[in-house]
Amino acid sequence: MANLKTVSKKSKAQSMGMHTEVLTGRTQQKFFNPDEAENFYYFGTYDVDFNKRTELDVKDMTAPEANKEIDNLMSQGYGTIVIKNPQGKHSLGVGILNKLNLIFEGSLGYFGMGSCDGPIVRINGRVGWSCAENLMAGKVVIEKNAGSCFGAAIRGGDLICKGSVGARTGIDMKGGTIIIGGDAGAFTGFMMQRGRIIILGNVGINLGDSMYDGTIFVGGEIGSYGSDAVDAELTKSDQDWLKRKLKVAEIGENFDVSKMKKIVAGKKLWNYDNLEPTEKKGAI
Amino acid sequence: MCGIAGLIHRGKSSNVGSELQGMLQALKHRGEDSTGYALYGDTDGKNFIMRFKVGENVGEGSSSVMEDVSVYDERKKIVDQTLAEMGAKVVKEERTLPYSLRYEIDYDTKDLLDFSQRIESIPGVEILSMGKSLEVIKDLGNAKMVCDRYSLDKVVGTHAIGHARMATESGVDIKSAHPFWGYPFSDVSVVHNGQLTNYWNNRRVLENKGMRFMSECDSELIAVYLAEKMRDGATLEEGMKESLTGLDGVFTYFVATKDSLGMAKDTMAAKPLVLYESDDLVAMGSEEIAIRSVLPQEIDTYDPFDGEVKVWQI
Repeated sequence: MANLKTVSKKSKAQSMGMHTEVLTGRTQQKFFNPDEAENFYYFGTYDVDFNKRTELDVKDMTAPEANKEIDNLMSQGYGTIVIKNPQGKHSLGVGILNKLNLIFEGSLGYFGMGSCDGPIVRINGRVGWSCAENLMAGKVVIEKNAGSCFGAAIRGGDLICKGSVGARTGIDMKGGTIIIGGDAGAFTGFMMQRGRIIILGNVGINLGDSMYDGTIFVGGEIGSYGSDAVDAELTKSDQDWLKRKLKVAEIGENFDVSKMKKIVAGKKLWNYDNLEPTEKKGAI
Repeated sequence: MCGIAGLIHRGKSSNVGSELQGMLQALKHRGEDSTGYALYGDTDGKNFIMRFKVGENVGEGSSSVMEDVSVYDERKKIVDQTLAEMGAKVVKEERTLPYSLRYEIDYDTKDLLDFSQRIESIPGVEILSMGKSLEVIKDLGNAKMVCDRYSLDKVVGTHAIGHARMATESGVDIKSAHPFWGYPFSDVSVVHNGQLTNYWNNRRVLENKGMRFMSECDSELIAVYLAEKMRDGATLEEGMKESLTGLDGVFTYFVATKDSLGMAKDTMAAKPLVLYESDDLVAMGSEEIAIRSVLPQEIDTYDPFDGEVKVWQI
């Protein structure tokens, strides 16, 4: 572990102007050595086979019991799990740090699919507040509507709602992509720091309020702009990216992306770089 | 936190007491300090139904005190005398608990203000509801406990709203529990989830206009605010729309009248609400699981947007 206090030479990131702060104290960062790979264990991961499929009826289970059973099935190598009768229960499917094909036959309550890293999820119903909060990677598709705080603080992955969503969608998001097929409520993109939000329908008041960075694309009407949110030019490359994303998301197939509005942060923040985490790794 | 739930059957009656109990019990994790029901039952519409209390059920932080049953008996006698003096005939009388009573009253008046003021001038007496269909029942404990205590599971009617309370702004007692009656309007009730930050400013203004507050609970303001708007000629929906700017803070609330049910959500959309709407039923609650207790099959639900007001008729 490096002690930054004793490092006199500028790091490569500093020499590239990516950050200029003087660090003191001990860093919490742990460096990974590929030669010691066998000594590292990523908690909660299993080798699963997507062709190995099973069903799980959670009607009479509590959320912890259901989540524990999903983990148990993954440990047995099941790569495709169909959840029956979720019936609006809260906190289902949280903390999955694995590749997994997960299908919910019904609706979820609050905090569904929170803190996940890697699964491909399809929810054939609606979701309540804070769906897929802190998603790191993977894809979550909701066939109907979603509640408020949809995709709060996500870092990566694709989060798709084919219906409409409530307020504060993408609040504090730090990466990834959120795609909304219908309308979105007030304060969409509130304090977003990175990533992209695509809304094909209308959006409520205070869009992108206090956003640091990131991009919001809107196909319909905007209730009002929040503080720091401004219009930007929709480039050809933006349009290509939007078409590709909508196609992959199986949503808005014939949507005319050339008429979408692009909203970005109008305020340049001190000591802030706008590289995505993966891009930053590449630069270093 | 608190949880609210409501439902309205359109074109038919149902066992709303049992249905609302299921919805509120599903929300008990949002608060079980007290639970309240506003049930709109099937009646012949001839007599007023007055639910009132002659004492308190005192919980943590309450400013009230427990009293002897003999005190309740004395207050009840004075209520009976006052009703007789006003020419109101008690057709049916039920005393579910020592402090909680239900009267069916044969009384021909449209001025419930004078009636209510005379009854509530008796120290320790509060009218919980007054109307020809509405009955407000509220007490300490979760939905099932209150339902069992007052035998509400058999109540048949068209619509109902209810509240599971986690006490934050005032103590645990019946006077601070929801729903609140829209005093002095017949058959108007309100439940609220949230926090109102201009409660005292509004209360001072409304009290100067002659409106009455019975508790220190900020949610009571909504009932009084709407009652004052309707007193001045506004429709229920107009009053609700005005409340979006007149009330400050975060809130989702339901209001019900004899033949309608409405919801309003503040402009920040900071409090949750999930809504299901079909041709013959509207059901809504703070969480999807409340709706699932009456509609276990897969259904389409949604969150109303910020600043939204909706009203449905039976």
